[in-house]
Amino acid sequence: MTDAERFDAHVAAEGKVEPKDWMPDAYRKTLVRQISQHAHSEIIGMQPEGNWLTRAPSLRRKAILLAKVQDEAGHGLYLYAAAETLGTSRDQMVDDLIAGKAKYSSIFNYPTPTWADIGAIGWLVDGAAIMNQVPLCRCSYGPYARAMKRICKEESFHQRQGYDILVSLCRGSDRQKQMAQDALDRWWWPSLMMFGPNDDASPNSAQSMKWRIKRFSNDELRQRFVDATVPQAHFLGLRIPDDELRYDDTAGHWRFGEPDWEEFHRVLAGDGPMNAHRIEHRRRARDDGQWVLDAASAHAAKRRRPAA
Amino acid sequence: MQLWEVFVRARAGLHHQHVGSIHAVDAEMALGNARDVFTRRGEAASIWVVPSTAIVASDPADAAELFEPAMDKVYRHPTFYEVPDGVTNL
Ligand SMILES: [Fe+2]
Ligand SMILES: [Fe+2]
Repeated sequence: MTDAERFDAHVAAEGKVEPKDWMPDAYRKTLVRQISQHAHSEIIGMQPEGNWLTRAPSLRRKAILLAKVQDEAGHGLYLYAAAETLGTSRDQMVDDLIAGKAKYSSIFNYPTPTWADIGAIGWLVDGAAIMNQVPLCRCSYGPYARAMKRICKEESFHQRQGYDILVSLCRGSDRQKQMAQDALDRWWWPSLMMFGPNDDASPNSAQSMKWRIKRFSNDELRQRFVDATVPQAHFLGLRIPDDELRYDDTAGHWRFGEPDWEEFHRVLAGDGPMNAHRIEHRRRARDDGQWVLDAASAHAAKRRRPAA
Repeated sequence: MQLWEVFVRARAGLHHQHVGSIHAVDAEMALGNARDVFTRRGEAASIWVVPSTAIVASDPADAAELFEPAMDKVYRHPTFYEVPDGVTNL
């Protein structure tokens, strides 16, 4: 048996892989790409919500949102650390992001014009993230799986706080309810796109499944998300912005229309409403924060030197 | 910045357990970052931070040599021994 054959058999039998174990180069590369994209998404994802931190409608909402955004920073750090175990430094990954060489979830390139968007993000975006992330807790790569377990434990509060915002708005005035509906209209389709292209347009999926990185196909997860979410929208008294949406009694599934894949690819390629802003903001955070790191490093160096 | 491994004791009476890694310039910053990153929900009664370079690890290639000799020493486990019928408290 070659190393590659032994490796394939090991992961096929649900064996786990740890950083110092032998692994195929393509496995390492796939994981670095996926984990770093995932980390970037957590970090860039702080921006649309951070936009409302100072304007949350009450102190309670503000404290909750702050805790949520802080969690996302933590998620980014767990994931960068997991990716670093594969031999790529965090600085390198961040530089690639800022240079526009790395991708992150297209969803974070949409703006958050109203408070209701914060509700929609928690409910739909974190909801879709949970669907994607729960199976990753069983990923063959140990450090990624462990990071995902920690993340999933923290995510469910994110989804609930978002839904809670929308429950309040939908129980409020007509204008507040309209705000909630508008936010759902804005976020519904981009949320469905979070699961990635249709299965027949997702060429790397089969290999990832063989390596036990991925467990379910994009379309399977998207269907699960729709089935879980439609009744929640109905409870709020909101309308899902999809004329093709109907319940298939025999299959027991909600049938839905096709997302605008052209928009998906356009936003992913950099041409969404907020792409340039998101990257520029991240660049500014890195550059403007550099003096803090420099000062801390200088201080540490000085303390390491014995007094003359 | 240096890489640090973080170990957390959930409460007195338990071992410290490895929970992940963080970056920091010195021990003080490492403790602060570990607290912020890994204990936002009361997960800890105590934290250890250790420079990753201070950890000496066994090589996965040596795993067989190191750990397989223990596999055939089943007599180290109490279940190896047959307790005669009627004997109790053993
Ligand atoms: Fe997250
Ligand atoms: Fe989240």
